[in-house]
Amino acid sequence: MDLITSILAITLRAGTSLVYATVGETYTERAGILNLGLEGIMLMGAVSSFAVVYYSGSLVLALLTAVAVGGLLSLIHAFLTVTMRANQVVSGLAITLFGTGFASFLGQRLGPVSNGRYLVGLTGPRFAPIDAGALGRIPVLGALLNQDILTYGIYLLIPLAWFYLYRTRNGLWLRAVGENPRTADAMGVPVFRAKYLYTVLGGMLTALGGAHLSLAYTPGWSENITGGRGWIVIALVIFSMWNPARAITGALIFGGINAVQFRLQASGTNIPAGFLNMLPYIATIAVLVAITWWETLSKRVGAPASLGTSYMREDK
Amino acid sequence: MDATEAAVPLVEMRGIRKSFPGVTACDGVDLRLDRGEVLALLGENGAGKSTLMNVLAGLYRPDDGEILIEGKPVEIRSPRDAAAHGVGMVHQNFMLVDTMTVAENVVLGMAGLPLVPDMAGVKRSVLELADKYGLRVDPDAYVWQLSVGEQQRVEILKQLYRKAEILVLDEPTAVLTPQESVELNAVVRRMKDEGKGAIFITHKMEEVMTFSDRVMVLRKGKVVVEKVTSATDPRDLARLMVGREVLFRVEKKPFEPGAVILELKDVCAQDDRGLPALRDLSLKVRAGEILGIAGVAGNGQRELSEVITGLRPVTSGGISINCVESTNKTPLEIIRSGVSHIPQDRIAVGAVGDMSVASNLAMKGYREAPISRGAVLLPRRILDLARRMIELFRIATPSPETRVKFLSGGNIQKTILAREIESCRSLLIAVYPSRGLDIGATEAVRKELVAQRDAGMAVLLVSEDIEELLSVADTVIVLFEGRAMGTFPSESADPEELGLLMAGVERKETAS
Repeated sequence: MDLITSILAITLRAGTSLVYATVGETYTERAGILNLGLEGIMLMGAVSSFAVVYYSGSLVLALLTAVAVGGLLSLIHAFLTVTMRANQVVSGLAITLFGTGFASFLGQRLGPVSNGRYLVGLTGPRFAPIDAGALGRIPVLGALLNQDILTYGIYLLIPLAWFYLYRTRNGLWLRAVGENPRTADAMGVPVFRAKYLYTVLGGMLTALGGAHLSLAYTPGWSENITGGRGWIVIALVIFSMWNPARAITGALIFGGINAVQFRLQASGTNIPAGFLNMLPYIATIAVLVAITWWETLSKRVGAPASLGTSYMREDK
Repeated sequence: MDATEAAVPLVEMRGIRKSFPGVTACDGVDLRLDRGEVLALLGENGAGKSTLMNVLAGLYRPDDGEILIEGKPVEIRSPRDAAAHGVGMVHQNFMLVDTMTVAENVVLGMAGLPLVPDMAGVKRSVLELADKYGLRVDPDAYVWQLSVGEQQRVEILKQLYRKAEILVLDEPTAVLTPQESVELNAVVRRMKDEGKGAIFITHKMEEVMTFSDRVMVLRKGKVVVEKVTSATDPRDLARLMVGREVLFRVEKKPFEPGAVILELKDVCAQDDRGLPALRDLSLKVRAGEILGIAGVAGNGQRELSEVITGLRPVTSGGISINCVESTNKTPLEIIRSGVSHIPQDRIAVGAVGDMSVASNLAMKGYREAPISRGAVLLPRRILDLARRMIELFRIATPSPETRVKFLSGGNIQKTILAREIESCRSLLIAVYPSRGLDIGATEAVRKELVAQRDAGMAVLLVSEDIEELLSVADTVIVLFEGRAMGTFPSESADPEELGLLMAGVERKETAS
């Protein structure tokens, strides 16, 4: 494989988890709910799916576990913010704090006795890249093909998520709920159901992203395996202007810089590794600032107007 | 007993009761609407009209009472239930999603819409309906691109598309130009001919007379009277609505202007989009004078009030207040030179909804004695001051500590008015001060403006209501696209000519 193809291949692999979480959070935010619990949900998805695959050997069961865990954590967020009308930032941060700590705790308790009950350093079944044969050897295009099944999944997820949001009745409802819940409600859209549904769906997709890290990308469990990806996703959602089709670009930029810095580190450059590790994050911030600046200049504000607020029918 | 009484009514509401913390909005209201009938709901702000209709539209659950549609008792738990029973409501604050197209708004939330809607088909039917009822609108346009009048067309189209049998209109003409009102009237008549029914909420007498077949007057959550429209007259209705005689004319002292207080010389300014909003505007307001600014909304009125109060930069030209150069000074400097401002948008700019009436009243004087000492506020003094002002300006509030957003529009306006008049030293700028207010509150506001003039203040009054300008103001300037179209003493001004100038038509003498 030539250099570009291999960088692209790593880019896609590094970006997969981000795409799942970005699409998920885009849907959640479209319903007017900001979920800052992503980092915690991703970590919980990663640790739970790895533990399940280690003991059961079933990748399908592992994915289902991640989805269930992500769904459960975001259901708590939905209950607190929609029904109890708690502050979304506080609730989200609480879920991240809880998820981060609990995932770390599980990583030290769920492992086998032989490993001192630690999950770190173990290997289990993983989603290996699927060999696409001759097709996989085509330059550049081959990078799209020699991937694991979850990366294949994003090729389907992105167009589907876009179509659902912009071309279906439910997508219309979802956009209206985040933009103007009072109007949506008055027009007969089930606002509360939508807020719950898309918060939970967002959590499920985010946890799937986490599972990709421990089942395919790394694979295995290690402390802080996400490396702050949950936070990056918050930025990517803004960067993609709440459009799932644009989620891929953000993920590619972050994943791409990751891939390039890997290659640089592997090639034995003099640049300190710590500095290279920083690059993807710095780039994300820089791009985000540029985008926000640009959007403000052109007076286009893309955030769903009701994001972060709670809605009650008989409120003034 | 005649035929209409014998027929089963389209809607019947019986003994509707609904209360909010501290207020009983509807206190056992009965309402009946027949097919092919237009019912006007008349009442002051806070009389319970909107609450009653929100109950019918499924937004509020009544505490008590029942609703019958075509004689059958129904349970309306949500807007969706209401729509299923043919009730469609055009709310006072439009229920439209700005970032979506007209067609998307029309079908939003509609029952029975397929999972993947055929938007091309929707657009075609919207155009057909628009044609049929004479409501021109582009189905592909985004709502934020539309004027208020066009947005209302979308609201009505939306209900027609959903085959609403009972159309509820909450103060539909408050934001419309006279032509748009005529258009609306035609649509309502057409629906009437089709055997549908309409209920519209208003506090404008002329509308009751032109639109409705029957009128129901509400006061403090109770039905005061129900009459066939042709058997009543505006004066009678006004008295029933307010509960006392209403003066349609404002008494004022003879016009004796003093020194020039506010002067604008060739002022230019831009609107939020960076387009010219004021073009070489010059005007003078003298002490003891009310200068009226006439014009259709959006012709530079907001920008005019904002450049004077320091909220918007002047791009060229100059402003002086009390003969002191005041161009592009900060709002605080301008407040200190004795200027008061009743802004167009009471909720966004004039008051803080989540703060108490007392705090809102103290919001301008908080820097000074008696309500503060140094950097420390004196809460008891603030409450004393608030109680005094609440009494003086007759602000209807459960207590000085009630949050402003729970008051009716008229009482929010009175709160702002009280604060601004209290702090007024030389110039009062009032932008649409009576917009959305009922007769009683409008009368109070106008009286206060005249009282300020009689006390020697200069008053700049921006209004769309020609009648208001001619009865209150001493001099009237017509503003069109940021330009002054002419200055008239109000005594000799011709309403028709002002109306033409507001529409941008030059005076006949100069045009020919």
